[in-house]
Formats: sequence, structure tokens, C-alpha cells
Amino acid sequence: MKILILIGNVPDTTTKVKFNADRTAFDASGVQWIINPWDELALTRAMELKETSGGAVEAVVVANVGRAETEATLRKALAIGADKAIRIDADPKEAGYVASQLATIAAGYDLIMAGIEAADYNGNAVGGMLAEMLGMNSVSAVSGIQIENGQLKINREIDGGSQVVGLPMPLVAIVQKGIAKEPRIPAMRGIMMARSKPLEVVQPIDAAPMTNMVTFEMPPAKAACKMIAEDQAKDLIHLLRDEAKVL
Amino acid sequence: MSVLIYTENWDGKFKKVSFELASYAATVAKAMQLPVIALSLGPVDDSELSKLSAYGVSHIMKNSDERFNTLDNQAIAKAIALAAEKVKATLIVLAHNNLGKAVAPRLAVRQKAGMVSAVHGLPFSYDPFTVKKMVFTGKAFSHAVIHSGVKVITLASNSFGLVENKVDFAPEAFETGLGDADFVTRIEQTNKITGKVLLNDADIVVSGGRGMKSGDNWGQLEELANLLGAGTACSRPVSDEGWRPHSEHVGQTGKIIAPNLYFAFGISGAIQHLGGVSSSKIIVAVNKDPDAPIFEAADYGIAGDVFKVLPQFIEAVKEVKSNG
Repeated sequence: MKILILIGNVPDTTTKVKFNADRTAFDASGVQWIINPWDELALTRAMELKETSGGAVEAVVVANVGRAETEATLRKALAIGADKAIRIDADPKEAGYVASQLATIAAGYDLIMAGIEAADYNGNAVGGMLAEMLGMNSVSAVSGIQIENGQLKINREIDGGSQVVGLPMPLVAIVQKGIAKEPRIPAMRGIMMARSKPLEVVQPIDAAPMTNMVTFEMPPAKAACKMIAEDQAKDLIHLLRDEAKVL
Repeated sequence: MSVLIYTENWDGKFKKVSFELASYAATVAKAMQLPVIALSLGPVDDSELSKLSAYGVSHIMKNSDERFNTLDNQAIAKAIALAAEKVKATLIVLAHNNLGKAVAPRLAVRQKAGMVSAVHGLPFSYDPFTVKKMVFTGKAFSHAVIHSGVKVITLASNSFGLVENKVDFAPEAFETGLGDADFVTRIEQTNKITGKVLLNDADIVVSGGRGMKSGDNWGQLEELANLLGAGTACSRPVSDEGWRPHSEHVGQTGKIIAPNLYFAFGISGAIQHLGGVSSSKIIVAVNKDPDAPIFEAADYGIAGDVFKVLPQFIEAVKEVKSNG
């Protein structure tokens, strides 16, 4: 079994988000870049599967769409344990564009794992789009994957509960929290080994973006919090009814 | 041309999210001078389907094939695509929930459509088609333009609300022609959350953080939630500790919610948590630390002990309820 993990290069989740002066683009100055948190969990689970599968998982490959500066993120993925990285040398303009690029390198894998969203533009789309482009099955909101007798056993969250489901491979699993307990931290040995692992750079194909973000805005500023004394807590409920009118 | 919505059912019943989609699409379709059509897949009685017509949608395409209850992503995407072609849909709207997120990208590829997810409220303009979309997990919004002829969007729940507008009810059978090979998802086990309000559907959410001290201390929090008809949620450390299930985690790596009223008990308000709840209309925070960042995001706050505040809230809500 060959596994491909789609990797997003996103600002650290503690980043205070800023935009440029005319609010047309994200201001990346001083930003720390990380593996998209859900992708990092997917990679962690893929490594666990590889280690416990008794050889059933032959290779774990990671891929992203990004310029040369995103290679640090791919190297981190290699340090966590991926065997090989592929970088498609283009700006990740929007979901359809990114999925079109990934479709050129994603055929031939039995399992592709994608994070349910990206922490920057929250597209929720690349994994599902890629599956449709490649004619692969997909399952979303996946919070667990096991391999049993060569078949995938999947836990997914549905609106109003959860399910255990089976789907034939090749499969795109769009994963969320729970897929791995916590992201794996690269060990020193892994970091050393990552330097000599293959990182292939692929040229992009022409694909016309169908959406674009023209401007950004911050959420409206909140008025000061109205503080109520601990022993007057009942007054707060009355304010919710009479002033905020939400009860 | 038309506006098509996919209205999902739960065991044959619609939830608020479907009525919000109907309200939204009716409003958008009116502005675009197009008809609005709802698609329902899986067994739903006409009496239930007719509820959509209370929110401005008369034309309803229905298919009662039980196989759709497997929530098979590929089959549902195919069926919506077939319906979209039949009614020449130029705008397709799905809910921004688990199923909508799973199906919309497949549908967008099938229809050669540009897709924007987590759309907030009405478009800014229809030409170019420009919508407000959450980015950076609730820390900001963008104005996104879809250039393609066919457009697919998922609507963030509670971002538009319900608009009652009773119209005629005109259901129509819709054949998909899908075979068994189109349904590949095999269900082995289903665990339904019963007797609880779904987080994405909840008008009020009661949430607890590390300040609750233990998973055993959720009794009063759940009592308050039950009294209010609210959903329950938690912060990341709580689900990481296993005090509550992952499905209740709200915040950057969990769920993004936007209820009318959000109660945060013992939650300090890390930036990752605030991203997930900042679109809530009113936030109430109770935390013993008066300098906790949650108070910067909150509308009402108590700097105090959650275990002293919760019983007072419960008593006050009982009084408010009994007084009508």
C-alpha cells in the first residue's frame, strides 16, 4: 500500500493575523510557517500505520503546492518520517487550482490523506476535488483509520453522531481531529535523515483559477465586556433576556 | 437557470440548517431573478418536505432511495450534479456541515464550478459574484469572487438565519438512475447522538474548559444546557484530556460555530479557541482570572468561580422560564 499525504504550508496557529495596507493580501512578515495541523495529524497516523502494518504500507509520500520557501515545511514532514516529498512549484492560488496540480502527481496511491481544512483560507475543498478529478472514492470527517486484513476500517463523524465505515481503495480520506492523538515531533535522528531524503520538484500545469479573494476584513471590534459580580450572577441571565434579547 | 439547494434530512426529518438554506436561497434567487429548487435525497414524507415551503421554496425534487442514507459522498455528489443539470442550476448551495463539506468539492469539479466554503450571509454583489467568507479560522473574513458560470457555495450555519415566507408546495419525483455500484460506502456501525442538540444546529451553546477541573464536573453544565435547549461544547485541552469527546471541541482545530449565545465556563480564551467561536452573537465568559483573554472577546463576563456561578445561572434560567 502506498500512502500520499497532502501538506499545506500555513502560518502558525498562534499568528496574529494582519493584512497589507489596502487589505488585499495577508501580511506574512514575521510569520512562522508550519505544517497545516490536520495534515500533520494525517502524516502522524500514516507513520503509525506504516510502523504497525507489518510491511503492508510500503511508502508514505508527502506533496504540496508551493514555492521554494515551503521546502522547510516539507523537510519537517520528512523528519517526522515520510519517505519522499514532492513540491509542485507554484503559488497555491485556490482549491481548484491546487487540486488540478496535485492530480498530476497523485495517481497510483492506494490511500491519499488530506486535512479537512487549511488553517489559512479554510477552503475545505482540495481533498474532495482531487478525488473527483482522479475518479477516486472519498470519505470525509475521518477521525480514525485502521488497516484490517488489507482493508481500511474508517471512523467518520456525521452530523448527529459517528460511524464505522468501509470503502474500497483507492480512497481519499479527508481527516480531522482524532485521526492521531497528537502530532509527532521529529526526533534528532529523523531531522538528520530528512536531509538526505528525496525532495522532488515538479513544474506546474496551466489551470485557470475560478475564484479569488479580492479583499480582507477583520471581525468587527467588540464593545467592552460588561462585568457582573460573582454573587450577582442571576442578573447576567436577566441581561441576556432583557438587554441582549438572546433568551 | 436556477438556484439549487441540497436539503439534507436526518432519519427523514429536516433540521434548522435546511430551513436556513431554504431561507437563504429564496432570498438570493429573488435577487438573481431565478427560480429556487430544493433537492431531497432519501426517504422523507411529503408532510416533512412541505415544511421547506414555509421558507420560500415551493419546487422540491425528491428521491426516496434509501441507499442515500449511507451518506455515500460519491453517490450524493452524482445525484446533486444530475439534478443541477436538469434544472440548469447556476448556483448550488449546501450547508457548511460534515456532509456539505464532503460533497461540495466533488460537485464543484463535476460542474466545472468555482467553489467557496463557509460563506457568511448574502453576497455583496451578484456580478461579479462576491461573497463574504471566513478565513484564518474565524480570525478574519475575505471577500471572494467566483468567476465560473456555475458556482458552488457552502453556507456557514447561523450566518443568515430563518426568513419565513410561505409559498405553494410543489414536490416532484426525481429519478437518479444510480446503480448499486455508485454506492461504495459500507456502514458497519452507527452511533447516533440522541436527545442532544447538534452543535452546528444550536442557537445556544454551553461550553467548558480546563477551569471545570475534571470531566466529572459537567453535571451542572449539562443541566444548564438542557434547561436552555443548548448544545454542549468544550475547549481543546478538555477533549485532549478525554474529559469530553472530540466532536464537542470548538476552536481552530475543532469545530467553528456561530450560535446566538455562547457560554464559556473556565475557558481562558486562547487565540485558537476564540477563532472558533468569535462569530457568536453574544459571548458570556465565566473565569476566575479577570485578565483572561476570553473577557476581551466576551459581551458579558463574571470574574469568579464557575462552581459558584453555575447554580445561580441554573436557578435564574428556571425563574425566567417559569415567568414566560
